[in-house]
Amino acid sequence: MKGSKGKSRSVLPGFGLTMGFTVFYLGVMVLIPLAGVFIKTSGMSLSELWQTISAPRVAASLKVSFVTSFSAAALNMVFGLLVAWVLVRYRFPGKRLVDSLVDLPFALPTAVAGIALTAIYAPNGWIGQYLEPLGIKVAYTPLGITIALVFIGLPFVVRTVQPILQDMDKETEEAAVMLGAYRLRTFIRVILPGLVPPLLTGFALAFARGVGEYGSVVFISGNMPMKTEIAPLLIMTKLEQYDYAGATAIAMVMLVLSFLMLLLINYLQWRSNRRVISE
Amino acid sequence: MAGAITTHLSEETARRPRHINEGPVVRIVLITIALLFLGLVVLLPLASVFVEAFKRGMDVYYSAITEKDALSALRMTLLAAAVAVPLNTVFGIAAAWAITKFRFKGKNLLITLIDLPFAVSPVIAGLIFVLMFGAQGFFGPWLASHDIQIIFALPGIVLATVFVTFPFVARELIPLMEAQGVLEEEAAASLGARGWQIFWRITLPNIKWGLLYGIILCNARAMGEFGAVSVVSGHIRGQTNTLPLHVEILYNEYQFSASFAAASLLVLLAIITLLVKAFIEWKTSQRKPATEGGGLPLLENE
Repeated sequence: MKGSKGKSRSVLPGFGLTMGFTVFYLGVMVLIPLAGVFIKTSGMSLSELWQTISAPRVAASLKVSFVTSFSAAALNMVFGLLVAWVLVRYRFPGKRLVDSLVDLPFALPTAVAGIALTAIYAPNGWIGQYLEPLGIKVAYTPLGITIALVFIGLPFVVRTVQPILQDMDKETEEAAVMLGAYRLRTFIRVILPGLVPPLLTGFALAFARGVGEYGSVVFISGNMPMKTEIAPLLIMTKLEQYDYAGATAIAMVMLVLSFLMLLLINYLQWRSNRRVISE
Repeated sequence: MAGAITTHLSEETARRPRHINEGPVVRIVLITIALLFLGLVVLLPLASVFVEAFKRGMDVYYSAITEKDALSALRMTLLAAAVAVPLNTVFGIAAAWAITKFRFKGKNLLITLIDLPFAVSPVIAGLIFVLMFGAQGFFGPWLASHDIQIIFALPGIVLATVFVTFPFVARELIPLMEAQGVLEEEAAASLGARGWQIFWRITLPNIKWGLLYGIILCNARAMGEFGAVSVVSGHIRGQTNTLPLHVEILYNEYQFSASFAAASLLVLLAIITLLVKAFIEWKTSQRKPATEGGGLPLLENE
């Protein structure tokens, strides 16, 4: 964005065509269909809506979705930072391969991730069989859902932190060393504050994705109502029972929450961009 | 989602003087933890798919992926992607052209709206099309009286796929074209080039790698989409099953080896996607120094 923006009266052609197509396609494919959710729920009275959402099974599923997504995003903040740090700052054999591996959760279809993780963590699975005697159950518990969401959310944190870490200048760190700060102190006082905005953005992206995630979770979660049933699955169940109003009510709650997350993410990105520019 | 193409790894930042680096012990410990974590969370699931797929031997694997339902699911997956990806590619280019080459009010709102499908749960993406075109949907009665089926048929699968992959190409192109500016295009226009000429001769060569990157990400998601397609497909075997849904059905029928065999095809898709991505990153990092040095220096620092 180095001052090379188009003018309001550009010499370039095609504004009408491209803008027209963009707005038309966006409207037909995204906005009108999404509006359907709100039109459908506007047919319900407020008390009806509240009754659907506060029904014990629905409330429990929303809670499961939000708690597991939050834990997974928090775990990813820690491990994502570690992975980004190691990839940016250290040299070790196979680094490029490891870097590509980080994107695997983006590229791997979620259903495949779901059955693979279940094969690993089921009571007779690769890792599950060693955890079972210790009394640790992973598959078919909220812990299993969290693990699936850690897998799904990892690249969001790594890929938002990595470029910021990459662009950090050495001078500030050197100044901190000159002023006598130890390594850990330099990290906490000098490096970490600059990483807070990307970490929060990564957290929000991973969290938002986790709340809506379906494919990788349904296999490992066991789908027990009130315990390990996630909100997207409950929408699915209600649809299969032709309870369209119920499904739409849950969808609306999730949509409103994810719009709020999207606004927050955009705000965070706008803030960190502004900081970079103003420096 | 994955951000514009950048080479994440530069040798420059990894080469650090000792006083602003950790000691060797700390470094080795951190690298070990990071690699163990990635191994456990990412690599192990990948490996498990192939081990489980070949558990019963090559014959079971081969018959699982050549069986009639599997082939029909594969055909469905390819078909849905073949419609959704070009549509979203054309949209991505048009949107990026309008957004980056012109100035208008509400640009940020438009960008946010384009991102919207990323924030929507796949299940909800399926639901919205059921609400519109399902038997009880807004257009349900009209479609039924005209004998058109959208939900539980290919059009529904395509619509859901288009929705979930909607932003991919636009998201890659917008930052890239924003950074490239409009000067080269304006120069061409002032020399008398027409719209399409400018696009084919100037813009497209500049954005080709970013475009390709957007397309492969879009394609990977289109072929792998599960939640949204699951809502609209109706799971009719041999007819409206896509490959990911086929994996699910086999799994739920305890045909684990066959399920993982079908899944291994999707893993190959993911690996190919990552390889192409690595290739594009390598390609763009090669080109960078050349274009920065040469090219049109006057236009660079306007």
